[in-house]
Amino acid sequence: MDFTTNTTKNKWYRSRNFYRAIHNKRLTMGTILVFVILIFAVFAPLIAPEEIFSIDFKSRLAHPSAEHILGCDDFGRDLFSRIVYGSRVSLIVGLISQLVAMTMGTALGMVAGYYGNIIDNIIMRIMDVFFSFPSLLLAIALMTAFGTNLSNIILAIGIVYTPQFARIVRGSVLSIKEKEFIESAKAQGMSDLRLILKHLFPNIMGPIVIYATMGIGDAILTEAGLSFLGLGIQPPTPSWGGMLSNGKNFISVAPFEVIFAGIAIVLTVLAFNTLGDGIRDYLDPKQNQ
Amino acid sequence: MLRFLIRRLLLLILVLFGVLILVFTVGRMIPGDPARVMLGERATEDMVQNMREKLGLNEPLVIQFGIYFSNILKGDMGTSITQFQPVVDIIKEHFLATFELAFMSVLWSVIIGIPIGVLAAKKKDSFFDYASMSIALFGVSMPVFWIGLILIIIFSVNLHWLPASGREIGIFEAVFLFLQTWDFSILWKGFSYIVMPSLALGSMFAALIARMTRSSMLEVLNENYIETAFAKGIKEKKVINKHAKRNAMIPVVTVIGMQIGSLMGGAVLTETVFAWPGLGRELVDAIFSRDYPLFQGIILFAAMFFAVSNLAVDIIYGFLDPRIKYQ
Repeated sequence: MDFTTNTTKNKWYRSRNFYRAIHNKRLTMGTILVFVILIFAVFAPLIAPEEIFSIDFKSRLAHPSAEHILGCDDFGRDLFSRIVYGSRVSLIVGLISQLVAMTMGTALGMVAGYYGNIIDNIIMRIMDVFFSFPSLLLAIALMTAFGTNLSNIILAIGIVYTPQFARIVRGSVLSIKEKEFIESAKAQGMSDLRLILKHLFPNIMGPIVIYATMGIGDAILTEAGLSFLGLGIQPPTPSWGGMLSNGKNFISVAPFEVIFAGIAIVLTVLAFNTLGDGIRDYLDPKQNQ
Repeated sequence: MLRFLIRRLLLLILVLFGVLILVFTVGRMIPGDPARVMLGERATEDMVQNMREKLGLNEPLVIQFGIYFSNILKGDMGTSITQFQPVVDIIKEHFLATFELAFMSVLWSVIIGIPIGVLAAKKKDSFFDYASMSIALFGVSMPVFWIGLILIIIFSVNLHWLPASGREIGIFEAVFLFLQTWDFSILWKGFSYIVMPSLALGSMFAALIARMTRSSMLEVLNENYIETAFAKGIKEKKVINKHAKRNAMIPVVTVIGMQIGSLMGGAVLTETVFAWPGLGRELVDAIFSRDYPLFQGIILFAAMFFAVSNLAVDIIYGFLDPRIKYQ
């Protein structure tokens, strides 16, 4: 029965890794913040006090009050409710676009790094072409070509961030490729695909995860920028960028829409940036200052 | 060195050719018929067909690209549909405004970012370090256009200190006129229009530079030669400025160079907020008025500018740090 006491001692919350994670301030802070925002997005219908499309001209541009804690927009729609629902767009675009970029970039980067030579050159020069556009301009160009809807935004932002992943992954693959364990796997007659998936991929996961988390914030900012310009989510669907764009017309009489929608963006991006910093500190303690 | 330059130039040409293909493809993917947009809603089908013929839109895509490519080589980006002017002229006309904005933003961010970063590193773990780095973390998380709107709310709507939009006189021109006449009101006028847009655009950059400078300084301060310098009895100020700062600046300069592109993207948003008559606003107008040639022209120009400035940064980088060898 001594064995059982031994195993209870090794519960996950007693492990060294968990201790390190919980004592990493940025990781804990970031996780909590992201979790809170996720709750807002998932339970938006329960949290939002009002219908987001219900127009009420009596409370047009109403100032913050007990009834509408953040005030109302020019259609008399409750701003708090719209900001709560707006988190959905930001999170969906931020998370899925990074997933798209991560998948495409990792696949391209691994193939380029692993096979080298002509394949490497072709892939990386194409990436260079995409890389030579300022990211927001590329997103604008792609959105103009694709047309505005949610899946196109995700695709456009995903494409914009793909080359960065490809470069990082290619670099990591190049440095790992020469290691002995890859040689030995090759000597054992392992197929290329299996080798890439079983040996290369797990070894480059760290930098990719760090980069993707950091990228979520950027993607959310890009989406807000696109929606602000009118190239993203179209009204009346609430998005934070769209709310900024709408609110700027009433900035002298009712600046609340601009102020609060902006704060929502800042807090969300801040949450993901903090989480990204935290994950980096956790996975790569050498870099920690 | 020469071999490196030639190789990079050849690569640049290859990449620019790819950029051209991409811009051309995007232009062709935009929904709607350019001929119909040019002629307006009331044009008959015959007129549209004639226009298509004239624009070469009925040719196969490869030939269309060939025509486009040879025109670009001749420096002809087409004529704007809405402004009836050559696109090249429009770009020339608005480039200065965007350049001024970018220049001032970089200036702000260097003036604000570097000293804060150096000081935070010097006083690591002090209140100043925590406070400035927290603000910097907020800074990199804020949308530039939101900062612009907040500045407008504070300084234009409430305090009435600064104009909320427009650009009556460029800052370079204002400085130039000021040096001739010593009339402060001209200088103030030029400054009053650019200060908010450039601060908004530069804020994120300043925060980024402060963070970069701090971590780069901390790394350098741990080096042995800094300890040696202190051991030799050199004053702290001199060690920081002469020994540490110079070496710490290398990665920061690279970041500044690499982020010029994001500045150009941010300029689109900032110019929209402040009605700043630069290329960014022209681009947004071109998109919504379906002015294809202008849209393609500005995107192409921006990408070319970005690619060339990246190459320039790479070369300057080598001069700054002799340890870097070109391959």
